[in-house]
Amino acid sequence: MTLSLLEKDRALLSGKHGAAAKMAMSIVVRMAEVSGADELLDITGAHIDSTVYIGNAGLEFAERLAGLGARVSVPTTLNVSGLDEHHWQEWPVPADWARQAYRQMAAYQSMGTIPTWTCAPYQLETKPVFGQQIAWGESNAIAFANSVIGARTERYPDLFDICCAITGRVPAMGLHLAQHRLGQILFRLVDVPTRLQERDDFYPVLGNLIGERSGDKIPVIDGMTVTANEDQLKAFCAAAASSGGVALFHMVGVTPEAPTLQAAFQGNHPLQTVEVGMQALLHSRRQLTHADGDALDMVVLGSPHFSLAEFKRLAPMVAGKRKHPEVKFLVTSSRAMTEFARKAGILEVLEAFGAQLTVDTCILTSPMLPPEIQHLMTNSAKFAYYSPGMLQKQIAFGSLEDCVNSAVAGRVTRDESAWSL
Amino acid sequence: MESLTLPGRALIPGNARGAALVSREPLSFWGGYDWKTGEIIDRRHDLSGAIAKGRILAIPFSRGSSTTTAVLLEAIRAGTAPAAILTTGSDFFFALASVVADELYQTPLTLVALDESDFARLKTDDELEVLRDGRVIVLR
Repeated sequence: MTLSLLEKDRALLSGKHGAAAKMAMSIVVRMAEVSGADELLDITGAHIDSTVYIGNAGLEFAERLAGLGARVSVPTTLNVSGLDEHHWQEWPVPADWARQAYRQMAAYQSMGTIPTWTCAPYQLETKPVFGQQIAWGESNAIAFANSVIGARTERYPDLFDICCAITGRVPAMGLHLAQHRLGQILFRLVDVPTRLQERDDFYPVLGNLIGERSGDKIPVIDGMTVTANEDQLKAFCAAAASSGGVALFHMVGVTPEAPTLQAAFQGNHPLQTVEVGMQALLHSRRQLTHADGDALDMVVLGSPHFSLAEFKRLAPMVAGKRKHPEVKFLVTSSRAMTEFARKAGILEVLEAFGAQLTVDTCILTSPMLPPEIQHLMTNSAKFAYYSPGMLQKQIAFGSLEDCVNSAVAGRVTRDESAWSL
Repeated sequence: MESLTLPGRALIPGNARGAALVSREPLSFWGGYDWKTGEIIDRRHDLSGAIAKGRILAIPFSRGSSTTTAVLLEAIRAGTAPAAILTTGSDFFFALASVVADELYQTPLTLVALDESDFARLKTDDELEVLRDGRVIVLR
């Protein structure tokens, strides 16, 4: 198969639109050839995950593009950075590391992008719409955009997302094309009580299980008896994209490309059917805790970034209480959501409880945790999945309410009643 | 010494020579490859502890995180990358790191895709020569 280019593609490639666009287009075209695409497609939005500082090569890439005058050609949001620009000094982030991370932030911001600095861009006003072709990075955001919104993106790696944003073009392949979006594996919930499905901590547990068992296939979940809300689906996406490579799933009766089971499979039969009962869910829930005892140094919430609705749920749980003096309580969110929470009077309530807030970044991408913090607790399956390996910390998983109660008690405590058979 | 020639598809063409490091398990470079040393650090992977720097790494494809590309790019810049990577399909994440390394430093990493049956014939410590047209010569 040979790649056929339009006149506008060749103009970009020849440097008619500047040296940065030429470099970006050269990368897009070479990758389209490697993937065997036969043409390129227009996109109308992008989300850039290349913003996180890893080392000099990533920084040099960003500064090369910026130095050549790169400008994005479609509305483009930015994922978390390595740094809370205004508050990093409250944490033990090394100053030279912070300088490099800041240079990388500045480079991407100079390209005409929207400095959202969030891993939950799908909860902002700039979120995409059903059927929209986009180029997104960040695994949880890719899963949400494809599955919950019904926009169309491939699972784009760092460094490529920005090339798509500059050129406005992507290889015509994978999840951009309707014929590659059909379900492949059927997961059928069997005897999973509605009262459990109504709980927030059901979704990270289910997502962890589905991600692990899906391999590179598109999962379809059938048998839900409740309509999951946006933050529940967000927790599901983050979980399934951590334990597995899920970039698209269908939930029958919940997500837009799956009004019926038949629609989810586009009339085809599943390659495989898996029954999901309580035993499998309990096993998945246990997997999310990597801790020996009930010791607790810090509660971390907001992976993906806390939404206004999550702030509103947290506020009454902590109102009038005070966390244990030996335990830190951290909420990570975006600038935009934090501002909404401030206007709603929620930040004062959190401060009175003893909570700390950080914006723009995440404990997984910023070297901000002091070494004496060894025992974490979270309501996020993504934090639970990555913390042991990336941060070398112990971590316990629980519901939002469990996290609050544990922060008050000074040790991990969980209400097991909803999960007991 | 016997010699065997496998017909590969050059995803990113180049010449490379070195000792093979072979696994049937996919690998995420994010959390799986230390770009400062070239060591494979995924402790659940069967190549855990091996130094891939300068060797010809044969793994079926990359797993998991989209940050694999950024880590491999750091390794290429730091001189700790494998001499070439052999896969069973066209791996987008590896290919991107190689293409960007070419744009930035004119040092593309050689990538070749082999049929699964040919891939299965590779063994760790085989002496391999990768040719620009994608052929892989195995000496053992």
